[in-house]
Amino acid sequence: MIGVIDYRAGNAPSVGYALERLGIEHRLVDTPGQLEDCDRLILPGVGAARATLDSLHASRLVEPLSERVHRDGIPFLGICIGLQVLFEHSEEGDVAALGWIPGTVRRFDDELRVPQIGWNSVHLRRDHPVTATFPDGGHAYFVNSYYASPADPGHVLGETAYGVEFCSIVAHANIVATQFHAEKSGELGLRILSGFAEWIP
Amino acid sequence: MLTKRLIACFDVVDGRVTKAQQFQDNIDVAPAEELARQLYDDQIDEIIFYDIKASAERRKIDLETVRRVAHHVFVPFTVGGGIRTVDDMFEVLKAGAEKISVDSMAVRNPDIIRAGAEAFGRQCIVLSTQVKRVGVRAGIPSGYEVFIDGAREATGLDALDWVRHGEDLGAGEIVVNSIDCDGTAAGYDLEITRAVADAVNVPIIASGGAGNVDHIADGLTTGGAQAAIISSILYSPRLDRNVGVRELKDGLAARNVPMRPYLP
Repeated sequence: MIGVIDYRAGNAPSVGYALERLGIEHRLVDTPGQLEDCDRLILPGVGAARATLDSLHASRLVEPLSERVHRDGIPFLGICIGLQVLFEHSEEGDVAALGWIPGTVRRFDDELRVPQIGWNSVHLRRDHPVTATFPDGGHAYFVNSYYASPADPGHVLGETAYGVEFCSIVAHANIVATQFHAEKSGELGLRILSGFAEWIP
Repeated sequence: MLTKRLIACFDVVDGRVTKAQQFQDNIDVAPAEELARQLYDDQIDEIIFYDIKASAERRKIDLETVRRVAHHVFVPFTVGGGIRTVDDMFEVLKAGAEKISVDSMAVRNPDIIRAGAEAFGRQCIVLSTQVKRVGVRAGIPSGYEVFIDGAREATGLDALDWVRHGEDLGAGEIVVNSIDCDGTAAGYDLEITRAVADAVNVPIIASGGAGNVDHIADGLTTGGAQAAIISSILYSPRLDRNVGVRELKDGLAARNVPMRPYLP
């Protein structure tokens, strides 16, 4: 059972509809107790880093989420802001984030049109079960003003160019996260969700 | 490379997509859910859904239709019409939208843009504008004025002043919808589209008037837009021939406009 974390600033229903289309068993979760019933977790997001973190703290989800991912080692997928909050610090609202993956989140250069909104190509830097059926250079849908910069290049699974080459898929142990909206990237995005549902880290 | 986007626009009345001409005389096209499913299968890049009567009728948006459409659309889905508060936005996001479009309500209460961006992020708030060429005059230095409520009410706001203000308040994208060109299939108003693209730093969406692939290419190049809203060309019963997404994308690629490739 995949738990899709449903917090105020998120778009859990869209992820739920995508999993429904794929016939993958899932439920939306918004209380700490429900996390225990799930053997995989997705943290979706459309919002701002601070609003997301505040919302997760207000629902008292941060500690139990960390326990499921770190103590129990269940597969975890972050999407969009669900990728950005995994790092140590975000320039957005100058907030300390979850710190599960070493690195920071930076704002795109103002010389660019920001936010980046649209379909951009994702170049895979290595093999990973979650991206096994995603073609190298395939297009995915991005909506972001900030991008993650992992401290360890070994954590970069996919890269995308928008003024800079930035990390569009990060992977570390039982954690994987996409900067693009896998649930809104057409059939290629659905392949990532399928890959995640079958992944045994 | 970031590609340009083709966005299908749904003007929804009672759960059905309709097609207007210069914001009037809406004729019926198809149930929103059915058209959404078909366009997703045709690999449209994005869908915008306007509940076009919600604002004028001072009622809440038709969430049931939003939910039904969201079930079939695994590309971005923006929803607008009758959004007055952050709670309204929250309900629409929970129904399955990623982005919220504000238009007339934002003119009445510009703070809704700021509050929405603060709650959900700038990228979530699309400012849609209805603009009309009125000529340069006092208070309207660009010669384009903002209208609201289905193009019926003039606001006295200059189009460029308004979009700059909207960007400052937190809008993450701006739709430039030309009242003069809407439903004419004679091409976008490239002059105001370009002027808005030059005035702000957020992505711009050209809207109103696309009748063929050359119009779309012009909007995305000369007009400086990052995305093009299309509707008549896809499904207006008023046109002799409708064109599918694939043919449009092939035509744009042939004109060197970068598009998301069509998946076989």
